[in-house]
Amino acid sequence: MSSTPALVVEGLTKHFGGRTAFSEASFTVEPGEVFGFLGPNGAGKTSTVRTLGTLIAPTAGSAVVAGLPLTPANGVGIRRRISVMPESPGLYLRLTVAENLEFFAGLHELPGARDRIERALRAVNLSDRAGDPCRALSKGLRQRVGLARALLNDPTVLFLDEPTSGLDPVAAREVHDLIADLRGRGVTIFLTTHRLAEAERLCDRVAIMNTTLRTIGRPDELRERLFRKSLEVRTRAPLADPDRVFGALDGVESWQLDGSGAYVLAVSDPDSAAPAAVRALVAADADVLSLSQSQHSLEDVYLRLIESDPEVSAA
Amino acid sequence: MSMSVIRSLRRGGAGAGFGGMSAGRIRAVFRKELRDFRRNRFIVGTMAVVPLVFMVLPTVELLTMPAGLPTSALDTRIGLAMLYLLIVPAMVPAAISAYSVIGERDQGTLEPVLTTPIRAEEFLVGKALAALLPTLFISYTMFGVFLGCAELFAQPAVATAALRGPQLLAQLLFTPLVAGWSIWVVIAISARVSDVRVAQQLGTLASLPPLAVSSLMSFNVIHPTLRLAVTLAAVLLVVDSLGWRAVAAVFDRERLITGSRALR
Ligand SMILES: Nc1ncnc2c1ncn2[C@@H]1O[C@H](COP(=O)(O)OP(=O)(O)O)[C@@H](O)[C@H]1O
Ligand SMILES: [Mg+2]
Repeated sequence: MSSTPALVVEGLTKHFGGRTAFSEASFTVEPGEVFGFLGPNGAGKTSTVRTLGTLIAPTAGSAVVAGLPLTPANGVGIRRRISVMPESPGLYLRLTVAENLEFFAGLHELPGARDRIERALRAVNLSDRAGDPCRALSKGLRQRVGLARALLNDPTVLFLDEPTSGLDPVAAREVHDLIADLRGRGVTIFLTTHRLAEAERLCDRVAIMNTTLRTIGRPDELRERLFRKSLEVRTRAPLADPDRVFGALDGVESWQLDGSGAYVLAVSDPDSAAPAAVRALVAADADVLSLSQSQHSLEDVYLRLIESDPEVSAA
Repeated sequence: MSMSVIRSLRRGGAGAGFGGMSAGRIRAVFRKELRDFRRNRFIVGTMAVVPLVFMVLPTVELLTMPAGLPTSALDTRIGLAMLYLLIVPAMVPAAISAYSVIGERDQGTLEPVLTTPIRAEEFLVGKALAALLPTLFISYTMFGVFLGCAELFAQPAVATAALRGPQLLAQLLFTPLVAGWSIWVVIAISARVSDVRVAQQLGTLASLPPLAVSSLMSFNVIHPTLRLAVTLAAVLLVVDSLGWRAVAAVFDRERLITGSRALR
């Protein structure tokens, strides 16, 4: 991909009076990427979206949004190229679905508004509800109207702020499927969420943040980077001299006995360490019950990161 | 300043409104507003009840005026009746405009609107026109009914006094001028307060000053000379045509988005 990044953010900071909403955020989002912004409530996700969406001015730092530097003078130009779906969809409840979309097509001065509205409604599977007043729609359907509205102008960057918050599992699943569809069509998406599974399922890369950015990476990368790999060995009886069995093994950096009576070996490459460990155990006459690679969920990574001291994790 | 407005008005071709504003976006706001009003029971109710209430009194007054009144007394009473009719263009748009900004914020629609290319000026002008149009329709209809009643049912001398050219012209001109004042002042209030009810209360108060001036004239506290009427009209015209600038200046995106923590 030779095109310019969809978002370039450097040292972006926002204070509300004495309160820090987010601080020193730096990251880049490539075109076509689904970028997850994952953090607990109050982490600064909404404030970040509002800042990049030109609703509020940053206190410090800079950003380039859809190719334009984030300055007051570029506000209209940036807004022409982006769409923001806020936390609550913000529909005119007395107007129908189609009338809501018509209004926003008018605000964007889009040519061929009728076709675009039809296409957007088809994209969120709402074509048959076009004439319904929004008041009559469930929360999940309203969210889908919000998504259709955000698609009208074919945005260069689509910001979705907690698109499934407050939805029941079925409605949330439908929104997930729609986002996965958009991802398949190459739409660049900046998605905030406090739900780990959502980030893991939908995003190409995830930034974990809690006021400050803690880390960024692909979900699988994050798991590998943040947790050392290990092998877990269970034996029928405790080993007589575990240090002699594991201490001299190639590729085993250290070992310890965990609370459940399993030996946990820190390894650099489980694929070469596992056979060696088995040979050593057999040689020591141990009855091996099981030997497995330990799996860490993204949740482990997440919880560790958002709880840790920002100074420490920044290092 | 007013020169620049006039210049930009002249410049405005297709697609471009005044001050480089987009006519398309203003139209989008205008249409959305009218659709929303039609289905808003409070607004429909206000548009129906306020005119009725303020129609009845001057019409009854007109129809019960005796034939033999001296001209000056007749003029005063007719002036008063007409002033009464001006309460509608002052109050109806105030009731509508109280919602214009704070109402959108409360229902969570301001945030998505402000992330589109629309500029504050366009949003505000669209809102103002949407409040102005139904107001003019209602006020002129009321005035027409009033004059019709005068022609058909009032004493001939009263009818003649009511249907004099300058008086009609003044009423026709002051209706939009008074409405414009209410609209801009109340939209400004709506953009700065944190509660719809406060906007309504302050808005009703703020719609009164032009009426106060006119009533001083009606009661002969200030002498209703042509020069005074023209001055008042000129002041209102300036306020009406520059109001969008003043309101755009107090329209603070960040404050409107983050001011309340109770966004739903
Ligand atoms: N308008 C505001 N005034 C003061 N503090 C605010 C405002 N908006 C957000 N904050 C604070 O900024 C922090 C981040 O909030 P927010 O961006 O809404 O987080 P998130 O969307 O991740 O839940 C919170 O501590 C919140 O209290
Ligand atoms: Mg939030």
